[in-house]
Amino acid sequence: MISDDLSLLLPEIVLAVYAMAALMFGAYTSKDRAMPVITWTTAGVFAVLAFWIGVTGPGTHTAFGGMFIDDGFSRFAKVVVLLSAAAVLVMSQDYMAKRGLGRFEYPILIALAVVGMMVMVSAGDLMSLYMGLELQSLALYVVASLRRDSIKSTEAGLKYFVLGALSSGILLYGASLTYGFSGTTLFSGIIQTVHGGQMSLGLLFGLVFLISGMAFKISAVPFHMWTPDVYEGSPTPVTAFFATAPKAAAMALLARLLFGAFGTAVQEWSQVLSVLAVGSMFLGAVAALGQNDLKRLMAYSSITHMGYALVGLSAGTPEGVQAMLIYMSIYATTTIGVFAFMLSMERDGVQITDLRALNLYANKEPLKALALMVLLFSLAGVPPMLGFIAKFYVLKAAIDAHLYWLALLAVVASVIGAVYYIRIVYLMYFGKENEGLDTGPMGVMPWVMLMGSAAVTLLGVINLFGVEGLAQAAALTLVQ
Amino acid sequence: MIGLTHYLAVAAALFVIGIFGIFLNRKNVIVILMSIELMLLAVNINLVAFSAHLDDLVGQIFTMFVLTVAAAEAAIGLAILVVFFRNRGTIDVEDVNVMKG
Repeated sequence: MISDDLSLLLPEIVLAVYAMAALMFGAYTSKDRAMPVITWTTAGVFAVLAFWIGVTGPGTHTAFGGMFIDDGFSRFAKVVVLLSAAAVLVMSQDYMAKRGLGRFEYPILIALAVVGMMVMVSAGDLMSLYMGLELQSLALYVVASLRRDSIKSTEAGLKYFVLGALSSGILLYGASLTYGFSGTTLFSGIIQTVHGGQMSLGLLFGLVFLISGMAFKISAVPFHMWTPDVYEGSPTPVTAFFATAPKAAAMALLARLLFGAFGTAVQEWSQVLSVLAVGSMFLGAVAALGQNDLKRLMAYSSITHMGYALVGLSAGTPEGVQAMLIYMSIYATTTIGVFAFMLSMERDGVQITDLRALNLYANKEPLKALALMVLLFSLAGVPPMLGFIAKFYVLKAAIDAHLYWLALLAVVASVIGAVYYIRIVYLMYFGKENEGLDTGPMGVMPWVMLMGSAAVTLLGVINLFGVEGLAQAAALTLVQ
Repeated sequence: MIGLTHYLAVAAALFVIGIFGIFLNRKNVIVILMSIELMLLAVNINLVAFSAHLDDLVGQIFTMFVLTVAAAEAAIGLAILVVFFRNRGTIDVEDVNVMKG
């Protein structure tokens, strides 16, 4: 029945209709003056939808002949995406308004991107995968160049567009080969043609192209080259968004594709993912060492972290998927805190992203420096913080899957990566006197996000707020 | 007799030309947009050829979606190109290099 199918898609439909309504409201009433209202309502709608999806009963349902899947895995990923998008919107409002970026299209484009991500993580067919991915990407190309009068921002948008379109093309070519050699675009149909792990050569080519296209979206090496430039050029709140929700959604989509459509041929893709993971972890860690720009540093940091999440996926087990989900939720939480701090970095009212401005910051703002230190230690994976737990799950999944060499390389990379996080902490506490940042209170919401994120990072070690069990249940619905 | 392999060969050739067009082109961003279109059209040829070969309509429906998205993608790409041109006064690929490192 069509009404049953539509009721399963209700959260997506509500968000899409809301985005259209907000666009009409903004365009016909007060234009950019409506921006604060629309931002807060959008964040509110995200939060309500996250709650709605979170309390939806268990079970796996499919709609439109299997093209759309609503199961524990997709619900987990949707809640992560919605909550991180809401957090980014709420904390960026002041920054946008202050810097003349208070355009009402921004929250609407974010809402449309989130609709795309929700379709992505629920995709059960190559067509819904592609449509979700494109809805997300097209909205993100526009927000990357949101600062229309800035050379850097428009250049970031152009680079993101060209490389994003290239990756979509590669992904589509893989989709067309997969369709041709399996005779169907449904994941549940494709998996039957690779029964017993025997794949035809054409299908293998299709799989490799699909993985390459997805690797672009999660910025895994060797498809990472757009990340530092796009992160640097985009306005900081947009960068904060890029680093969280789309990464989590693309990672979930990759897991859905690999386990849903190629789950019987784990050994075929596990090696490809391991190579991507090792490359990302090492390149991210080494290239970040020489960076003095905090935004570029966060770009390399996100490349490294995607590498660790891929380690979890390449285990090819339910524990691996669980580790990936835990890793992505912890990464998103910590990254939001770091970006909340970056939003407040300014000197004489001008945004500064240079690390060296943080010299002796702890003497001026002890509390904020402490919060940032907790977050950076968490990203580096120092034991008492959540980041350590995240890495622990990933490594455990790799070892349980007998990928000892991968686990070993991950540990080596995390030691190299720790250097640049600790360098920032060193500068804040033991740096030398120089022209620092403006002191004084930061905006309320960034402060709340910074402190909240640091507190979660510290307190979460007790029981992970129950995320562990939820992620396990989600992983088990994906991997039978 | 023209069979499936001929179509696949043409599509593969067009796809590779598209990729090379993006990476080897040193002159103009418009050429990059054309290369992207070429890649998507190569995919469409693939899909329609498979669809006819398998006697299955799904491939042609997929093609319709790809065509629609390609149009939207071109519109957004050109819009971003216009704002870029207003800032830089050029659309040469070699000038897209403010950020490096």
